Amino acid sequence: MNTYTPKPLYQSVDWFTILLYAIMVVAGWFSICGASYDFGTGTLLAADSRPLTQLQWIGISLVLIFVVMMLEEELFEMFAYPLYVAVIGLLVLTIFIAPDIKGSHSWLVLGPIRLQPAELAKFSTALAVARLMNTYGFRLSDPRQFVKVLALIFLPMICILMQRETGSALVYLAFFLMLYREGMSGYVLLAGVSAVVFFVVGMKYAGVMAGETPMGQFLVALMVLVISQILIYIEKKDLRTVKWMAIGSAVAFGIAYVVSLFVAVNFAWIGFGLIGVMVIVLVVMSVRQWVWNYALIAFFAVASLGFLYSVDYVFNNILEPHQQIRIKVSLGLEDDPSGAGYNVNQSKIAIGSGGFLGKGFLNGTQTKLKYVPEQETDFIFCTVGEEQGFVGATAVLVLFAAFIIRLFALAERQDNAFGRVYGYSVASIFLFHLVINIGMVTGLTPVIGIPLPFFSYGGSSLLGFTLLLFIFLRIDASRRER
Amino acid sequence: MSRKHEILENRRFVLVGAVLVIVAIFIARLFYLQVLESDYKAWADSNAFLKRTIYPARGIIYDREGRVVVYNQPAYDVTVIMREVKDLDTLDFCRITGISLDHFRRRMTEVKDRRRNPGYSSYTPQVFLPQLSAEEAGVLQEKLYKYPGFYIQNRTIRQYAYPNGALLLGDLGEVSPADMKADPYYARGDYSGRSGIEKSYETVLRGEKGVEILLRDAHGRIKGRYEGGIHDEAPVSGKNLTLSIDMELQAYGERLMQNKLGGIVMIEPSTGEVLCMVSSPTFDPSLLVGRLRGEHHRELERDPLKPLFNRPLMAQYPPGSTFKPTQGLIFLQEGVITPETRFTCAHGYTYRGGKPACHGHPSPLPVTGALSTSCNSFFPWGLHYMLDDRSRYPTVQQAFDRWKDYMVSFGYGYRLGIDLPGEKRGYIPNSKVYDKIYRGHWNSSTIISIAIGQGEVLATPLQICNLAATIANGGFYIAPHVVKRIEGQPLDTLYTRRHYTMADPKWYPLIAEGMRGAVAGSPYGATCRGTNLPDIEVCGKTGTAENPHGKDHSIFMGFAPYREPRVAIAVFVENAGFGATYAVPIGRLMLEKYLRGELLEESKPIEEYILNAVIMPGEGYK
Repeated sequence: MNTYTPKPLYQSVDWFTILLYAIMVVAGWFSICGASYDFGTGTLLAADSRPLTQLQWIGISLVLIFVVMMLEEELFEMFAYPLYVAVIGLLVLTIFIAPDIKGSHSWLVLGPIRLQPAELAKFSTALAVARLMNTYGFRLSDPRQFVKVLALIFLPMICILMQRETGSALVYLAFFLMLYREGMSGYVLLAGVSAVVFFVVGMKYAGVMAGETPMGQFLVALMVLVISQILIYIEKKDLRTVKWMAIGSAVAFGIAYVVSLFVAVNFAWIGFGLIGVMVIVLVVMSVRQWVWNYALIAFFAVASLGFLYSVDYVFNNILEPHQQIRIKVSLGLEDDPSGAGYNVNQSKIAIGSGGFLGKGFLNGTQTKLKYVPEQETDFIFCTVGEEQGFVGATAVLVLFAAFIIRLFALAERQDNAFGRVYGYSVASIFLFHLVINIGMVTGLTPVIGIPLPFFSYGGSSLLGFTLLLFIFLRIDASRRER
Repeated sequence: MSRKHEILENRRFVLVGAVLVIVAIFIARLFYLQVLESDYKAWADSNAFLKRTIYPARGIIYDREGRVVVYNQPAYDVTVIMREVKDLDTLDFCRITGISLDHFRRRMTEVKDRRRNPGYSSYTPQVFLPQLSAEEAGVLQEKLYKYPGFYIQNRTIRQYAYPNGALLLGDLGEVSPADMKADPYYARGDYSGRSGIEKSYETVLRGEKGVEILLRDAHGRIKGRYEGGIHDEAPVSGKNLTLSIDMELQAYGERLMQNKLGGIVMIEPSTGEVLCMVSSPTFDPSLLVGRLRGEHHRELERDPLKPLFNRPLMAQYPPGSTFKPTQGLIFLQEGVITPETRFTCAHGYTYRGGKPACHGHPSPLPVTGALSTSCNSFFPWGLHYMLDDRSRYPTVQQAFDRWKDYMVSFGYGYRLGIDLPGEKRGYIPNSKVYDKIYRGHWNSSTIISIAIGQGEVLATPLQICNLAATIANGGFYIAPHVVKRIEGQPLDTLYTRRHYTMADPKWYPLIAEGMRGAVAGSPYGATCRGTNLPDIEVCGKTGTAENPHGKDHSIFMGFAPYREPRVAIAVFVENAGFGATYAVPIGRLMLEKYLRGELLEESKPIEEYILNAVIMPGEGYK
């Protein structure tokens, strides 16, 4: 039945990825040493210390890798659904029996071992989705199939939200990157990204007035105009229409500026007016040329403005004041260095004080003196930044970039949808963790507590990521065996 | 492969591009944070490094005999770590520490108030009650286990071996914002000399603060030394001082001056060293140490007898007859008189119809006799010939300014430059002053009372004693000073240089002879017999400073022994009348005490009389 020459596993497995994995785990372990080192006692590997515990987890990971590599590739697809069901059951169980640890109910405590089922849910969900999308005749464009995929993704996400682990739940949004590769409309991604950007910009400049102009509304209107015109160009390569629209907008703003020298002008309204004109033009073009996408773009523009206003309304009239403050602080809109802004501020100080070459291993003061919160887990990158400086931090980022791009490449070379979908899911999850975690510690994105893969301290996260990765490497290795 | 499949495969480039863009953004952000922005380093340092000052031991002060006078003693601050306080029995705590409940509550709010206590952290010890004595601390220490969060912390405070010399030694106080601005050495909470030697020798006594760089965690807890302490600096102890003061003599002087206002200054003429400097009333220097310093200081400030007023340096009186030796010297030097010149006295200055008045004594008399009997006519005559003889100086102004220059050379009218704060300069007018008062029309008669040390002239007791030292030295003085030796550092040349006066040293023996006559007796009389000792040849001069506010002040100025002077003295007793009544016997006892060490049998009753004498101002004293 098989027409290929089977290759031994050690030849078919992707050693490059394993090398990157090994480098990151070792570098991560040294970072944990740096973060947990205590100037007072001066000991590094005391009993029960975090580096030692992490070393045990690394050992367990090696065992796990060995086990995964010994398994038959077919097993993963075969047991994808039962595994998924089991993990969902575990997640639901966790909601009810987990003790309250810092407000989250995500830990299962079994004697001395504490386990976070949410970390296991990532690979089981990825397997289940991959299995579903590998079924014969599966088409993502079929709404019923698409809803099934969404259900598989959102079920664990909702469970984890109910465990009050918002950060871990948001990770499931990474699956949309994979879905994009598998044929989901790019507009869905665009809409999602736009919604976040509009929300942040709208909130950030909500109270800022330039003369009569509310800056938040003006900037969003401007972005809507620009994005719409780019979309028109992408759809029809119709440079003339876009050119006229751009010139028209520029002239309108120019006239408004001249007028504003004499009379106060609300530029936001000029922007809205232009959008209105553009929408009418698009609808007319859509009807005349019978191009559905023009209508879609018009819909995007109108929906964007609607979104902006509904966010404003929800924020000001529905949210409680303390919720408003929390959102504002996490967006960096309100300065509160001793309260909610403390973490990010200290994190930036720690990284910034590292300078170009860093302070050297075990010489970082900010992390060791506990100025940075959660320095061994979510804020582990601070230790890298402080002790290894710009050089070391950049090296880590380059390592991650290489790692994720390599995973994309591996996913792309799979010969069936199961391997590809799973591989893209894995790569997307790593990318999401990287973006949110590094963005958080460098003060670019709001504080959402998720670990940096292989660097952050914690058995569940290390085992979870190791499983996630090596199941894929196992699947990839068997591709060549065929 | 369909076209659609191809498009989807191309989407991987979008994803790879996204990864690259995101990582590029992060690297740019890191470049900004770590390389471009330099503030983070400073923030990190101020976060993590606690520069703790190590205070050096303040210099110890010895007296001229090597006896310890001022030293350091451990004191105890009660500190509190707010976070650790629990189940506190406040009433019990107040009872043990002896503070009121109100005080307790006030301190608690003060400590927590970040505006008044900017370094406040609930994790670190905060001073709750400063400077408890060893006994108080001992009592509290036993019960401390009952008050979690409260600790006892050592520090050093000044301790005084004698209850004497309070104003001379001075005190320490917390530095003010102005002090910190003037000298960046000081930081909030430091102590510096506020008065006396502590102030004038502050930079010598304080030493050099050390610094310890500690690592402080996010809660303010100390986590050890930065890099094992290689950046720390050890403190340098303050230098020890040896005073020229003889504390036993100082104590004796203060005892004699009890219940009297005034002071005693004694100087070793050959060196300018001050042997004692008594200001009365006085107080125990220990009062200005410790927790109750502020309270005691306020009390002393309010005292109508002004115990904080350092009379030997700050009181300015008309010097009275103690002024006369300077006049003799000027007239001799100017050639107005010779040692043989005699002037008449008929119960007063005959040139101006008997004013100023004098007592009965043989007349005419020479300068020695005039000094011995303290004639009030001889010196006005001298001044008359000096100022009004136009063959000598073309104008009275020129003549008078010449006179003034002499007086300045004797150390009058300006500060002598003693190494203590607060010295007053006294007052010697110049011709412009009189031109202004008398609109240019004046002569010796107009201002004649200055010839006998009354009128406009003012001198401090220190200046008067310095004159005695100058006469004892036969024509020069060394600026008086109270510190004899600074450990490992030479004395300022100001205190070793001789100041010669404008009067030739050859005239001085004559003046000394006149002062000897005042004590031992002369054909013309003697006003200062009270200091005549059988075994020590004392030279002296009495004085009475006119006091418009009440009874005159009694002054004695002298030196001894006559031939080889070892000590010069000035005594003044406020509101005691003639010099002979109180100042002279006090001077005698002090000289005996210093030169012989003990009193003669015959001096004992005098001591008794002085110790029991009470000369305090009545109502309305200002």
